[in-house]
Amino acid sequence: MQHKILCKEQLSENVFRIEVEAALIARARKPGQFVIVGVADEYSERIPLTIAGAHPDKGTIELIFQRVGKSTAEMADMNEGDSLGYIVGPLGQPTHVAKVGTVVCVGGGIGNAPLLPIATAMKEAGNKIISIIGARDKGLIILEKEFAAISDELIVVTDDGSYGRKGLVTEPLAEICESVKPDLAIVIGPTIMMKFCCKTTEPFGVHTLVSLNTIMVDGTGMCGGCRVEVGGETKFVCVDGPEFDGHKVDFDQMMRRLGAYKVQEQKALEEYKHKCRFGLKNNE
Amino acid sequence: MDDNKMLEELLEKQAAGELKAKMRYEIPAQDMPVQDGTVRRSNVSEVALGYTELQARLEAMRCLQCKTAPCMKGCPVKIRIRDFVSAIADGDYGKSLAIIKENSLLPAVCGRVCPQEVQCQETCTVGLKFKDVEKSVSIGRLERFVADWGRGEGGVPQVAPETGKKVAVVGAGPGGIVVAADIRRAGHDVTLFEAFHKPGGVLVYGIPEFRLPKAIVAEEIEVLDKMGVKIVCNFIVGRTRTIEELMAEDGFDAVYVGVGAGLPSFMGIDGEQLVGVYSANEYLTRANLMKAYDFGKGADTPIAMSKKVAVLGGGNVAMDSARTAVRLGAEKVYLVYRRSEIEMPARVEEVHHAKEEGVEFCTLQNPKRIIGTEDGMVKSLECLKYELGEPDDSGRRRPIPIEGSEFILDVDTVIVAIGNGANPLIGQTTPGLELNKWGNIIVDDKCKTSLDGVYAGGDIVLGAATVILAMGQGRIAAAAINEFLAE
Repeated sequence: MQHKILCKEQLSENVFRIEVEAALIARARKPGQFVIVGVADEYSERIPLTIAGAHPDKGTIELIFQRVGKSTAEMADMNEGDSLGYIVGPLGQPTHVAKVGTVVCVGGGIGNAPLLPIATAMKEAGNKIISIIGARDKGLIILEKEFAAISDELIVVTDDGSYGRKGLVTEPLAEICESVKPDLAIVIGPTIMMKFCCKTTEPFGVHTLVSLNTIMVDGTGMCGGCRVEVGGETKFVCVDGPEFDGHKVDFDQMMRRLGAYKVQEQKALEEYKHKCRFGLKNNE
Repeated sequence: MDDNKMLEELLEKQAAGELKAKMRYEIPAQDMPVQDGTVRRSNVSEVALGYTELQARLEAMRCLQCKTAPCMKGCPVKIRIRDFVSAIADGDYGKSLAIIKENSLLPAVCGRVCPQEVQCQETCTVGLKFKDVEKSVSIGRLERFVADWGRGEGGVPQVAPETGKKVAVVGAGPGGIVVAADIRRAGHDVTLFEAFHKPGGVLVYGIPEFRLPKAIVAEEIEVLDKMGVKIVCNFIVGRTRTIEELMAEDGFDAVYVGVGAGLPSFMGIDGEQLVGVYSANEYLTRANLMKAYDFGKGADTPIAMSKKVAVLGGGNVAMDSARTAVRLGAEKVYLVYRRSEIEMPARVEEVHHAKEEGVEFCTLQNPKRIIGTEDGMVKSLECLKYELGEPDDSGRRRPIPIEGSEFILDVDTVIVAIGNGANPLIGQTTPGLELNKWGNIIVDDKCKTSLDGVYAGGDIVLGAATVILAMGQGRIAAAAINEFLAE
């Protein structure tokens, strides 16, 4: 199946949105699910990416990704009209969408991408949505307009105060837990941010869902590389998740596992950049 | 006496009807030529090189041509072994291969990976005479010999006129390949769905190149393609489309589920989430399917750059993992198994090859916990020594821990190869499909599930099994599906 990129947009320095052909996935996917992408050929790395949106009528899905390693750098260098090697999915358990009352949605950086369809579905289910989106600085805030459109209240936070409120997302989150007493919190972002958001909501007894993005190979439960400890039990993010009760996730361990291939990843990225500088195509 | 001359004399005697069993017993069992143990530590080329023609014919002459053909009873797909061996002795390899292909579509695969010593070769009269299964006629090696002889020129099986019936085969592993071929032969429209980006299942992600060259698997897939089987990769039945959707909306009249090994089991000991602990599935998939040994040279999937590795388990998958670790450059590879070598489920040949390649066997030992560094990497493995007690339910002597016998093995990587649980994906997304308490699909003796038109086989039904058992079930299921569609 062809996976042609129909539309590409740079959302911030290292974050890109592409709309890509994947008709079956567009039809089957539900909020909370993800895909695995092989950028070029059979020896490309298989990388899990969350689905930011879908257009079943056009047969396309939207992927938002951050340029961090070789594979995402390659993707960022692709243009409209180019095709991805393969996309498989949708994977993982969909979000349990229900009317619970007030839902506070917290997104950090690229985490806004998978959060948006979940928040949208929660809004459509009749919940009151309070969104908190944050990033290091103004340039890194993505999807603000989209969140504004579906939120009853939107709080934007930057670390350096260059836009919105200065500080970390945990601060408004604590205030909301105190004042509004939300029925549910959904937090998606960097692991460290999810960890501290969970620490923030826990004393208030606010049930908190997190969506984890770990290292994977097959994405169907076969390899076990994505395993995390949740409430003392080993869980596989690909088939048991990606959403879990954030108060039970061992985030420290997860962060260490995410760094398993740091050395190799760095080396691969350097080599890729080097080749690009000399105008060579990958693997030549 | 020189081997050529020996064969000549044997053939003459046979032609004259004077070849006695005693003479056949005197023919030396032919050893499999192999790549040197030291050289092969640093390459991924095939270890066993295959018989020469002379060797094959001499080995075939060792067969007594028993009237009862006990070997056939040991074969899960009932190949006419006596007859194909006899054809090799006669030098008629084309005939030999044709006999095998009546029952097995993948002789080049089975000749390499079947556990013959517990199947056809276990019941061989020659082996029984010598009271040594290793002295049995080497049926597997002979099967491989003719399969390799016929490689590339195997014709495409005849396909019956189109029936207009559509069948979905889920999982392009050994079982799925057999089912797809058998059903397509009957003239049905077959689509083979694969979750990975490459078909072959365990033959490509699990069994390493040095034991089964991937080119062989690719040729078998090409035959399916030529037969008109549609092969669709990157398609997860249950997620991309459910079985219900395939049947109700996409027009499939029957479905075969052969999704294979599911969730890897872990030991449940401390430290299993440390960086450097792998399931064998993950380790082998990275190395084989994704070619992590070429990382930075065309392949983008990394794997641990291990110096000291402990593999936990004693099956074929454990051997494959240990031998892969050797090839990825590990200086020390330990194989930790809680029983003794006699109880090991791995094939004798694999154990032998692993030892030749320098894998150190730590039998009657079992890990207690994995110890990590401050930053969460594997540092060492704490093990406990065991002794053998009375036989347990499996008939094997039960390993009993020796108290206070703890000791530390310095390792940076641990590979857990203790089997798989059932994958929940199909079960979760297929209402009405009956599963047993372990999550395996329940089937009748024709491999039919609780749903009409839905059949299943291989590891998702049997738990952990072998390539040949999956193929055996595939044949049964394919026959049943063809019968079901004829109604």
